[in-house]
Amino acid sequence: MSLRIVVTVKYVPDATGDRHFADDLTVDRDDVDGLLSELDEYAVEQALQISENSDDDVEITVLTVGPEDAKDALRKALSMGADKAIHVEDDDLHGTDVIGTSLVLAKAIEKAGYDLVISGLASTDGTMGVVPALLAERLGVPQVTLLSEVSVEGGTVKGRRDGDAASEQLEASLPAVVSVTDQSGEARYPSFKGIMAAKKKPVESWDLSDLDLEAGEVGLEGAWTKVDSATERPARTAGTIVKDEGEGGKQLAEFLAGQKFI
Amino acid sequence: MAEVLVYVDHVDGSVRKPTLELLTLARRIGEPVAVALGAGAENTAAALAEHGAVKVLTHDASEYADYLVVPKVDALQAAVESVSPAAVLVPSSAEGKEIAARLALRIGSGIITDATDLEAGDEGPVATQSVFAASFTTKSRVSKGVAVITVKPNSAAVEAAPAAGAVESLSVSFSAQATGTKVTGRTPRESTGRPELTEAAIVVSGGRGVNGAENFALIEALADSLGAAVGASRAAVDAGWYPHTNQVGQTGKSVSPQLYIANGISGAIQHRAGMQTSKTIVAVNKDAEAPIFDLVDYGVVGDLFDVVPQLTEEINTRKG
Ligand SMILES: Cc1cc2nc3c(=O)[nH]c(=O)nc-3n(C[C@H](O)[C@H](O)[C@H](O)COP(=O)(O)OP(=O)(O)OC[C@H]3O[C@@H](n4cnc5c(N)ncnc54)[C@H](O)[C@@H]3O)c2cc1C
Ligand SMILES: Cc1cc2nc3c(=O)[nH]c(=O)nc-3n(C[C@H](O)[C@H](O)[C@H](O)COP(=O)(O)OP(=O)(O)OC[C@H]3O[C@@H](n4cnc5c(N)ncnc54)[C@H](O)[C@@H]3O)c2cc1C
Repeated sequence: MSLRIVVTVKYVPDATGDRHFADDLTVDRDDVDGLLSELDEYAVEQALQISENSDDDVEITVLTVGPEDAKDALRKALSMGADKAIHVEDDDLHGTDVIGTSLVLAKAIEKAGYDLVISGLASTDGTMGVVPALLAERLGVPQVTLLSEVSVEGGTVKGRRDGDAASEQLEASLPAVVSVTDQSGEARYPSFKGIMAAKKKPVESWDLSDLDLEAGEVGLEGAWTKVDSATERPARTAGTIVKDEGEGGKQLAEFLAGQKFI
Repeated sequence: MAEVLVYVDHVDGSVRKPTLELLTLARRIGEPVAVALGAGAENTAAALAEHGAVKVLTHDASEYADYLVVPKVDALQAAVESVSPAAVLVPSSAEGKEIAARLALRIGSGIITDATDLEAGDEGPVATQSVFAASFTTKSRVSKGVAVITVKPNSAAVEAAPAAGAVESLSVSFSAQATGTKVTGRTPRESTGRPELTEAAIVVSGGRGVNGAENFALIEALADSLGAAVGASRAAVDAGWYPHTNQVGQTGKSVSPQLYIANGISGAIQHRAGMQTSKTIVAVNKDAEAPIFDLVDYGVVGDLFDVVPQLTEEINTRKG
């Protein structure tokens, strides 16, 4: 038996950098350093753990849809221990919305072949948290999402989903789409050996024609949503800051009373 | 007037506040028609009618509790087909977003998530989003199909607007995918008696500075004096001092209360992502250089073990 896992990883602008929009209201990716979305490291980690706990042959492919630099995200995932990588890159992808992104990802996953897809709970830029559900819908397989615990055994994936009202145990047959939260377990750091090995691992590049997609189905033109404006939030006006010299709590109460909170 | 579908988030018939907010927003763009699913769905009608639902479509089946997400998508799709709405509004919970996304794809529509405001526009509803840890505000719209929009809690004030709220039962046939993901067990969360974190008007949070699970009693006492919900930073959650369900931030809950009080929290970008849209922000931190002070309306540089108990006592005294 063998198990083919595809992990979707996104290349995102560093959240600690000065993120902003370009003139066409898409994210400016040139001015800010990019990296593998930290939340996708948890997805790579769970793929590696499933592999380590399995008696089957497991092959882990990491997949990204993004510009040239997105290879950095793939390299990071490979150096953590994934086996190979696929980079979907095409100038016509610029400005793709979530429906389009899920289309490209689903086509690439089908072409790669899979038994299990693992995603992060959300990207750290768009933060929509819907790509895994969209992939399940497109691929026509079960969605087992937002797991803080996941295991695979004998063609079945099981996991725990911690929701607002309840904690649920979930179960589905493979093939399936899983997403994991940052509660699923700390992601490992790439070792020196891992970093060296990653340089030799295969990275395939596909464009839209490899996926039988037309330019008009993706990109700004193909987007089903439109951003009309993006404005920087004005800096908050400086507040009052007091040093506690024994009355700090009382002063704060006075402020809260003034604002009618008490 | 065009109809607007509102997906109802309820627990055994008791409607949660974000749904009532959606009804208020829905009235700006059309006539609200509510969709309530699962056990107790019919009992939601009175509250929904009180807040403007002209019609309440209900359906109950064991599938809603026994399988994940897809049965609800099937039902919402049936509602879209029976009503032909101008827009579909869904509360922005983790599940709400998943339901909305699958629905959008099925009906050939774009989707906008986590809107913080909504208004009517010439080319359909215009949604406000607060992005990049609330450093930018965007206005967007769905340009293809029926606008499917998820809306964050606390995005509108709940307004009463009595309407007919006629209950109609929705007819739903489940898709082949509906039973794909089984819910094999469910442990309900114990109620703390405090308000729901994302819905609360006031949130009192503790971070690494609280320095121990036992010290969270101080934070809870302050919260209780104000009738507030309790939040925590990821550092406090990772240390095991408070449950993950109370985490505020990028990978926790995003909150937007009238008042947010951060105690012993430095204000890292990922924490700010979840609280920066709070109306009034207050912090207690012993480090005058902590980045949280850049956000505050009022800050106290001091030891939380001195300031917080004094504040709680003063509030309780003032309340008499
Ligand atoms: C600030 C902002 C707001 C946006 N708002 C909207 C909107 O309202 N509507 C809309 O349609 N689009 C929107 N977009 C665009 C949308 O975010 C992107 O199309 C994106 O690729 C998919 O959504 P996400 O990044 O939010 O992913 P999420 O759904 O949050 O990501 C979940 C997981 O999906 C996988 N994944 C996501 N993108 C990729 C990728 N490119 N390659 C590989 N794996 C991936 C990862 O495993 C990730 O952890 C927005 C983008 C930004 C930056
Ligand atoms: C992908 C990713 C997602 C993340 N998601 C989240 C998230 O959702 N939520 C979140 O909160 N974080 C998140 N983080 C973590 C975040 O980066 C910070 O590490 C975290 O917010 C720090 O928590 P803190 O402010 O409690 O701790 P610290 O940064 O250690 O700050 C503690 C503060 O307490 C003060 N202090 C100490 N003792 C006292 C005292 N006696 N009295 C008063 N003040 C005192 C200190 O001066 C300090 O400012 C995420 C990180 C990553 C990488």
